[in-house]
Amino acid sequence: MYGKGLRALSIATVATISLGFSLVFFYAPLDADQGFIQKIFYLHVPLAITALVGFIVGGVFAIAHLRSGDSRWDAYSYVSIHMSVIFGVAVLVTGSIWAKASWGHWWVWDEPTLVSFLIVFLLYATYYPFRYAIEDRDRQARYASVFAVTAGAFVPLNFLAVRLAESLVHPRVFATAEGGLPGSMRLTFLVCLAAIALLWVTLVKFELTAKSASGQVKRLRRALDAPAASGQSRIAPEVS
Amino acid sequence: MTPSRTAFAAILAKDLRAELRTLQSLPAMALFAVTTFVIFRFGLDRTALFGSLAAGVLWATLLFAAILGINRLFVAEREEGGFDAIRLAPIDRTALFAAKAAALLIYLLVLEAIIVPVFAVFFLDSAAALPPLAGVLLLADLGLAATGTLISSMAVHSRARDLLVPLVLLPLVVPLTIAAASATDPLLAIGGPGYDRFGTWLAVLGLYDLVFLLVGYAVFDFLLED
Repeated sequence: MYGKGLRALSIATVATISLGFSLVFFYAPLDADQGFIQKIFYLHVPLAITALVGFIVGGVFAIAHLRSGDSRWDAYSYVSIHMSVIFGVAVLVTGSIWAKASWGHWWVWDEPTLVSFLIVFLLYATYYPFRYAIEDRDRQARYASVFAVTAGAFVPLNFLAVRLAESLVHPRVFATAEGGLPGSMRLTFLVCLAAIALLWVTLVKFELTAKSASGQVKRLRRALDAPAASGQSRIAPEVS
Repeated sequence: MTPSRTAFAAILAKDLRAELRTLQSLPAMALFAVTTFVIFRFGLDRTALFGSLAAGVLWATLLFAAILGINRLFVAEREEGGFDAIRLAPIDRTALFAAKAAALLIYLLVLEAIIVPVFAVFFLDSAAALPPLAGVLLLADLGLAATGTLISSMAVHSRARDLLVPLVLLPLVVPLTIAAASATDPLLAIGGPGYDRFGTWLAVLGLYDLVFLLVGYAVFDFLLED
């Protein structure tokens, strides 16, 4: 039932990503300062925004789970956080490449945006061992939701604290309101943001579909009284 | 007194009495902290510390010592069936959160009353920074008590209790550490305490305390359901 609309969504995602990357390479002008390397910006920033929004969305799903007790929300929350952690790895890698090219170092410590993101990433990386360590399924779901809510509240607070230890190395493109970004670059950026956000939604939907299918297989197997297939995840929640 | 306030007082008194009789957490925390100072003394090869280095040593040691206590905070409840008793009792469950956070806050304050003077004797030239430092410590302890109680109550039900508390808690208290260490840094500067952006950092600490006390208050109910 999660598979509904998946094909259309996948096609839309591929189309938007293709459009976005064509714009990046053939339409957006070269940056006067940074040259070609600036183009990784169209991948790095949308990934970062999507990952952070995904963490918050995971927290919102977790609130829904705690309020309703419906384990489906827990699965949504888990998959959102899971996907955002994966996107987070990509953010750190693309960010490092950009940092090396434009600042000369793979990692810059006095740069609040990088450090904030690393801390948020480290916190969410503990979501897996945390979930894995609790055996009872109901309790696991409930505690994981409490974790997701707490971590969701942590994200803005962390950015505030790190930002106050201030530095202005990281380009703040939209900070200068109008005129920070030429129109052609802004259009390209927005298309890329939409593409990456769509990619996130599609991957989340794929994972939910896969989980729901494997849950169904497991239930059928149980009905047939056959031994369960080995190698299935003990961390991930079941989806009905 | 309202029922939940009675429950709060009873649980807090029980915790403090148990700690006084068994002395399970506090002496170990204090001993650990003092030993860590000695480790830093040789690891850094310094006999006196100033500024950011002093702040870093103090806050890293405090956090790690606090984790020892946070690990043990709910162990008695788990092993002796205290959780079941709380669940059966006709009281507001947040009383348990408040009482445990208050107990942890008291442990941390007592711990600091012991180890901060030791720190000053070991590494500092003068004690002039200690009165303003007490304010920073108090605000940081409040936040640490809120997050520590929350994480401890979750971790105690898992298989890997001792592993999870530091793993989850440390990233969670990074903003607290940033604010506390940044406020402490100028206080311990060479040539007497300075107050560079002291108010800003205290405000950040206060905000952190407020957010996590509210989060703890909001979600603690769900941790006790069964």
